[in-house]
Amino acid sequence: MLGEAHQQHARGLQVVIGFIETHGRAETQALVTGLPVIPLRDMAYKGAALFEPDIDAIIAQHPDLVLIDELPHTNAQGSRHKKRWQDVEEILDAGIDVYTAMNIQHLESLNDVVAQVTGVRVKETVPDAFLDRADEIEVIDIPPGELQQRLKEGKVYVPEKVDQALGGFFKTANLTALRELALRRAADTVDAEMRKLRTQEGVQGPWATRERVVVCVAPNRMGSRVVRAAARIGAASHAEMIAVTVDSDRQVTRTEQDRAHAREALDLAKSLGMEVVTLSGHDIVHEVFRFAQRRNATLVVVGKPIRPRWKEVLFGSVVDEMVRASGDVDVYVITGDAVEAKASKGLATPVEVAFTVQGLLVGLVLVAAATALGFALYEPLGLANIAMLFVLGVAVAAGRTSRWESALTAVVGVLAYNFCFVEPRFTFAVSDARYTVLFAVMLCVALVISTLTQKLKAQLASSSERERRNSSLYRLSQLLAQQRGKRDLANVAASEIRSVFDGDVAVFLLDHGRLVNLASSESQFESSSSELAVAIWVGEHREFAGLGTDTLPGATALYLPLLGAEAQVGVLGFRPGDKPLDLSSMRLLETFANSLGMALERALLAKQSNDARVLAESERIRSTLLSSISHDLRTPLTSITGAATSLKEGNPNQTALIETIHDESVRLNHQIQNLLDMTRLQSGGVELNLEWHLPQDLVATALDNARPSLGSREVIVQNPPSLPLLRVDGLLIEKALVNLIENAGRYTPPDAVISIETEVRLNEVQFHVRDNGPGIADENLTKLFTPGYRTPSGGYGLGLAVVKAVCDLHQGSVQVKNQASGGTEFTLSFTVPTDQPEAPRE
Amino acid sequence: MNKPKLLVIDDELAIRKFLRASIDPVEYELAEAENGLSGIRMVATESPDLILLDLGLPDLDGVDVTRRIREWSQTPIIILSARGDEMNKVEALDAGANDYLTKPFGLAELFARIRAALRLSRTLVDDPVVLVGSLTIDLSAHLVRKSGAEIHFTKTEFRLLALLAKNLGKVMTHRQLLTEVWGPEYADELHYLRVYTQQIRVKIEDDPAQPRLLITETGIGYRLKEQS
Repeated sequence: MLGEAHQQHARGLQVVIGFIETHGRAETQALVTGLPVIPLRDMAYKGAALFEPDIDAIIAQHPDLVLIDELPHTNAQGSRHKKRWQDVEEILDAGIDVYTAMNIQHLESLNDVVAQVTGVRVKETVPDAFLDRADEIEVIDIPPGELQQRLKEGKVYVPEKVDQALGGFFKTANLTALRELALRRAADTVDAEMRKLRTQEGVQGPWATRERVVVCVAPNRMGSRVVRAAARIGAASHAEMIAVTVDSDRQVTRTEQDRAHAREALDLAKSLGMEVVTLSGHDIVHEVFRFAQRRNATLVVVGKPIRPRWKEVLFGSVVDEMVRASGDVDVYVITGDAVEAKASKGLATPVEVAFTVQGLLVGLVLVAAATALGFALYEPLGLANIAMLFVLGVAVAAGRTSRWESALTAVVGVLAYNFCFVEPRFTFAVSDARYTVLFAVMLCVALVISTLTQKLKAQLASSSERERRNSSLYRLSQLLAQQRGKRDLANVAASEIRSVFDGDVAVFLLDHGRLVNLASSESQFESSSSELAVAIWVGEHREFAGLGTDTLPGATALYLPLLGAEAQVGVLGFRPGDKPLDLSSMRLLETFANSLGMALERALLAKQSNDARVLAESERIRSTLLSSISHDLRTPLTSITGAATSLKEGNPNQTALIETIHDESVRLNHQIQNLLDMTRLQSGGVELNLEWHLPQDLVATALDNARPSLGSREVIVQNPPSLPLLRVDGLLIEKALVNLIENAGRYTPPDAVISIETEVRLNEVQFHVRDNGPGIADENLTKLFTPGYRTPSGGYGLGLAVVKAVCDLHQGSVQVKNQASGGTEFTLSFTVPTDQPEAPRE
Repeated sequence: MNKPKLLVIDDELAIRKFLRASIDPVEYELAEAENGLSGIRMVATESPDLILLDLGLPDLDGVDVTRRIREWSQTPIIILSARGDEMNKVEALDAGANDYLTKPFGLAELFARIRAALRLSRTLVDDPVVLVGSLTIDLSAHLVRKSGAEIHFTKTEFRLLALLAKNLGKVMTHRQLLTEVWGPEYADELHYLRVYTQQIRVKIEDDPAQPRLLITETGIGYRLKEQS
């Protein structure tokens, strides 16, 4: 590896050393020199100095190639990932090539085989799927003898460890077996490469369609073994592997430990690159084969634990049922070994709830009732029928109590019956051996009934749990469908998750690579920087992390990516309450997260398309404006340039030309001001400077501003003696009034009369700006306030659009009409605030 | 009396050129600065009698320039700025600027403001009688006459009018008026001013609906306008 690295270095690639274990070997040490080293991270733990490669530093430096040795290594506590291969994965994902090395015995799918061959169970493993990602695999193959020789020469381990190694793992037999495994695995890979090439070249090979293998993971100790065996089959045949577990009501009696095995096995399957599917249904065999058919699987791999023969005769075996029901699909049975059978035996009996006072009381009361009834009816019924009373009592008790409670009831019943009724009476002695049969029957009845009841109860609980989950999922999707805003969506989902799962939830939105907190948790657990770091990691890698996962398991919460159909939209943090999530809850949580992810994406897309629509609309308005404005701007500029040029050339008519320049400049200024106002108002970024204003004050200042453009026109201002205050942006209202007054001046003859009247009508202040000019053609009245609208005479432009926008911003209105007496009337109306401020004291 | 010296601080060459061409060298002396820092320096070296300061300078905010000049100089400052910049104008006025002019402005208006500012800065002892049009305001006797007839004013009305009269021709911001007449705790009670100015107008204006003397500067404050 190091030799190759030096070659690449010499070729000009940027090669760095991320981690090389020299084991104190001089030979290796010599090879390291000459290559830049990225310093290791000190992960000191409980006083022990531990060093791990610094992933962040490597990614930050972004070399072409990084060397990281000992791929199967388990990272020190507090590292980001549990395993080094996960570090390497992250580095690869960052687009950096990695050279790494591992021994064959660390390959996950070979774990069992290695254990069988060498008697050593290797703990540190690398998933096959990861190895399959490698662009190239090089087998470092040396004959066992040579390896042992190297070992003796101190080239593999430091000398102190050599003897130990030679006696144990490094025996010739082991080494030979491992060598074969390595060569075979390499051959498989080469084989796969060749097949791939053949398919790419269009050659119809026998593997044109991929085979599918279904792996049944049962909740027992064999789960992981079955998965590994299946992985080996899959690796050899390059089949697509699907690990299946059936969530069946037949399994409700399984212990928590069995479930843990199943969870472990499924995690293993996932890490081996298998697809993991949870089915649910009553009939396990039926569900598995239906699934196999649906997915076109050709092979089902199943584990068969070794159980006593009588148990199989009595209760049947799932595997036998499978073989019988298999049809076209082949069934591959992995048998359990004796050790596992023995071990699982200890676990097979589920630990049931012990006695409760209540249960015992029920039993005793029933027995007492049977005894009392027995005394009452002893004469008419006879001994045999009284036994029936006791059986009835025990049966009733069994229906209401646990197994051991009902068994105890049966025993007490038998004793009571024996003592009170069986000859010789009032002794525990039994004269007739036939009664023992009765005792046995009563005990059996008690046990059978109570077992059945327990099962029924458990089934009921499981189906009601399923029902609860289904309905909660349904409710979530309904709630999500009702919400539009992303914050609402997050909050609805968070509170729903909180109520369904026992725990606390936080939702983050991924906004251009940054996390935005959409819904905070009740305990604010996500606000700590270490938790946030996990959330950010999930945001970057679209994978689970945190509590209960392999990545950053030190976190107090589990973090799931919120995935939409197109991209990751956010991160969900879940901190479980008292007990950790079980497998099915985790799946359900994932489903919740997916629903939320889809809903969020939908909301984001809707907003995007709405934004785009608004943008297009404002673009349209802008371009209309621009074309209309460029005309309005150019006209005065033409006059100014013309007049100025004429003056420069010595035109004697100076006064007239200067007047032109002045008037046109004023006009130009007006146009620009309107344009600025309009863009400001339309961009939506206007913050109203709301202050109290007197209406007559606004009119007065507006008139003052507009006066220069009114010429000799007479202006009449009419105000009532007192007017209420308005809470408005004075400058904007003034601007609107100025525009109306100026228009009145612009489109009327010089001797026109303009009147401005302010009045209070109902709860509104109304400003009327009237003129006695020619009026406006009726068909143009409605179009007047559109930006860029021009009358046939070439007027208005922006001024009225500004007026309209100002009114809209103040929730006021603007109206225009032609007066009966001739001329136009514009009316601005604004609501009078009811909370008029208190008048100042003198 | 010496010619008053004006300092123009404006980065726009066109504006400086226009002022250079328009200001009569017989009446005023002119100095120019094209950014805030050199402007501040020139206030110290040239000791102008009045500063024309553009609000939109490339290096410093006009409001900052005002503040820094006011730290050591009381030279009157007239702000030049575009419309729609009311917040900044008020800030500059509250920071100590004496008046403002909205671009584009006419020369007549400019000179009226310059004269008012120079007069106010030179009047060391307040003239107790201020004449505005037909109005006579006797600050010491607390008397207001319109065309010779005495008008009754309430105490507060008179204080407001007197404050405007003392600063004749100069804009007074809402804050300045409210603080001086009612007290700093009333600095935001804008409606007091609305009500009182209206009452005063009814008393002093020929047509209160079209005031000529007491002018509203929307968004900024009020001004008692000099009558030519």
